Amino acid sequence: MDLRYTEAEEQFRSTLRSWLEHVLPTLPPEPDRDDWAARRAWDTAWQRQLFDAGYAGLNWPVEAGGKGASPTEHLIFLEETERAGAPYVGTNFVGLLHAGPTINAVGTPEQKAARLPKILSGDEVWCQGFSEPNAGSDLASLQCRAVRDGDHYVVSGQKIWTSFAQVADWCELLVRTDPDAPKHKGITWLMLDMTTPGIQIRPLQTIAGSGEFSEVFFDDVRIPVSNRVGDENDGWRVAMVTFSFERGTAFVGELVQTRLMLGRFADLCRKLPKGNATVWDDPGIRREVGHLAAELDALWALTKRNVTQASRDGVPGVGGSVFKLAYSEVRHKLGDLGMRVLGSSGLALDDLGEVPGGEHVRGWIHAMSISIAAGTSQIQRNIVGERILGLPKER
Amino acid sequence: MFFDLDEDERALQEGIRDLLAGRVTMDVVRAAADTDGVDRLLWAELADAGVFALRLPEAEGGLGLGMTHATVVFEELGRCLVPGPLVATHAAARLIEGVATGDRIVTAVAGGSGVIAHLAAADDLVVTRPEVLRIARPDDVVGVAATRPLDPLTPVHHVPDLPTGQPLGEQAAAPAWQREAAVLTAAQLLGLALRATDMAVAYAKQREQFGKPIGAFQAVKHLCADMLTRAEVARAAVYSAAVHLDDPDLGGVDRAVDAAVVLAAEAAQRNGKACIQVHGGMGFTWEVDAHLVLKRAMALSASIGANDERLDALAATA
Repeated sequence: MDLRYTEAEEQFRSTLRSWLEHVLPTLPPEPDRDDWAARRAWDTAWQRQLFDAGYAGLNWPVEAGGKGASPTEHLIFLEETERAGAPYVGTNFVGLLHAGPTINAVGTPEQKAARLPKILSGDEVWCQGFSEPNAGSDLASLQCRAVRDGDHYVVSGQKIWTSFAQVADWCELLVRTDPDAPKHKGITWLMLDMTTPGIQIRPLQTIAGSGEFSEVFFDDVRIPVSNRVGDENDGWRVAMVTFSFERGTAFVGELVQTRLMLGRFADLCRKLPKGNATVWDDPGIRREVGHLAAELDALWALTKRNVTQASRDGVPGVGGSVFKLAYSEVRHKLGDLGMRVLGSSGLALDDLGEVPGGEHVRGWIHAMSISIAAGTSQIQRNIVGERILGLPKER
Repeated sequence: MFFDLDEDERALQEGIRDLLAGRVTMDVVRAAADTDGVDRLLWAELADAGVFALRLPEAEGGLGLGMTHATVVFEELGRCLVPGPLVATHAAARLIEGVATGDRIVTAVAGGSGVIAHLAAADDLVVTRPEVLRIARPDDVVGVAATRPLDPLTPVHHVPDLPTGQPLGEQAAAPAWQREAAVLTAAQLLGLALRATDMAVAYAKQREQFGKPIGAFQAVKHLCADMLTRAEVARAAVYSAAVHLDDPDLGGVDRAVDAAVVLAAEAAQRNGKACIQVHGGMGFTWEVDAHLVLKRAMALSASIGANDERLDALAATA
């Protein structure tokens, strides 16, 4: 076991670091969080800068236009960009992390040539049409229907939790093409041009007040059969391809951000008065911060373990679900501790007066999405129990 | 960066597993309760396998290995609930003649504590303080043996006044002892956390109620999943601390050690309790082994102690 980076990896880190130092001060200010057109423009402009500097698709295979970097280099990239405060992947998330890798793995040469370069350069934004009102944790029970009509599929139904639908050019869409087959065997994966007639988008407002998710309704939307990725009725397998793409790095940015946030929270505690002293002088609070620091250090080590196993075996180890479960708990604990310390200063999503508490209030709310999104903690426990520990299924 | 067991570490893990499997059954572990707590024959076999001499230079009869190797070994010793002052004896191997070969058994007590474990079995007693180690003769200790020790395999004496003893080793030996003993104890705790998970999962697969194995019910399955999660997070922390001790240039050694101790102790204790819970009423009986895991977790946690101080030190890193 060792935790040393190679000379080449350290070189990669320092080159990236100086590029970030050079380029980040030149970025325009971040747009208003509800101005989706501006956010798309800001996110894609950053993607273009990454592209021009040779960092776009770092972990994508070379034949897909990526850099074929090792998981360790990707880890360094995510760590350094987060530490430097670079823009998050934002509206490019689905294209770079889900749709692109899927098209590369399963798509035809024509599909790859048409879509992949534009994802990497930030010219095309993707959204995801997977979940439905009645297909959440049980995603394979999805019912959005596609009927073959000559060289088109005609799609009718509804999707939900579609991030960035209002600014996306394309949607990775899972549809039911065979309602009579077992539920995993009748699904097809389609690329939907979001300018096609018959699509209605209705934004959802989250408990954070934000509007990144939408419900999307389809009314006889015609999708060319040439936009099918993989075989008809083989869409479940196609969708699973992306889940093995992450290679243990899915939450690296969040993890680095949480460690920085814990530091800012500790600073806040050191300043906030409590009785004749500060909050930090309360050992109960301070030791909870210490415990969170230990957990975050351990999760960083666990990430390195997952990345090591992914590098060696080509696929992520069993650590993904374990990581997400533990990380969700840490975020809930940090959020609860923040609200406890802030008291009435935690009654607004932005800083109240001189107390920099807004981010901890927002973090408290954000924690509730972490234990739900991308497989709830309950589903993660089923995965750990059944696939890792070999316990029997309940059904 | 390769943060997983390498080929050597894997071979060592298989070696110690082969030695312990079938040899250290729970019957063997329990039998030690009828003696002074240490099985001398087993102790000699562990010494022959290099458990105590592992990190001594080859010139001194050791294997010249590092903390990562020792951690792998102590994880397995913990998993099998091998009784006795293993960590103190391992840590004393370079300081006291005859320890590496298994001829002398060493126990340790933190200065200021009034309770000594494994006193009756020990040939030497090391009193550890952050700045200095001292060695004393167990015969010189005046204390009262507990008739009902919490862990039946960890006999304890109440000792109101620790003997002064003689200085042991050079000055750097004291902080090195503290860190290494903490990480190796954390490794044993990790082994216990994993053992508790294995026992609970095996029982949940076999025990049937309402017409199916109880492990099929999410209420039980999720307890088991949480056990593995705690153990795997602790594993990352313990291995990281071992690597930091072998490679001090990485920086942050104490922070890594503190995190390992805090998380491994918590994983072992909580998994020990969860293991009893999964076993239901049988888990509350003396004959089922679950309580031995939990009680050992408490005994080992207490042996490195200072949890609040570690949390304070960790808070200072935030």
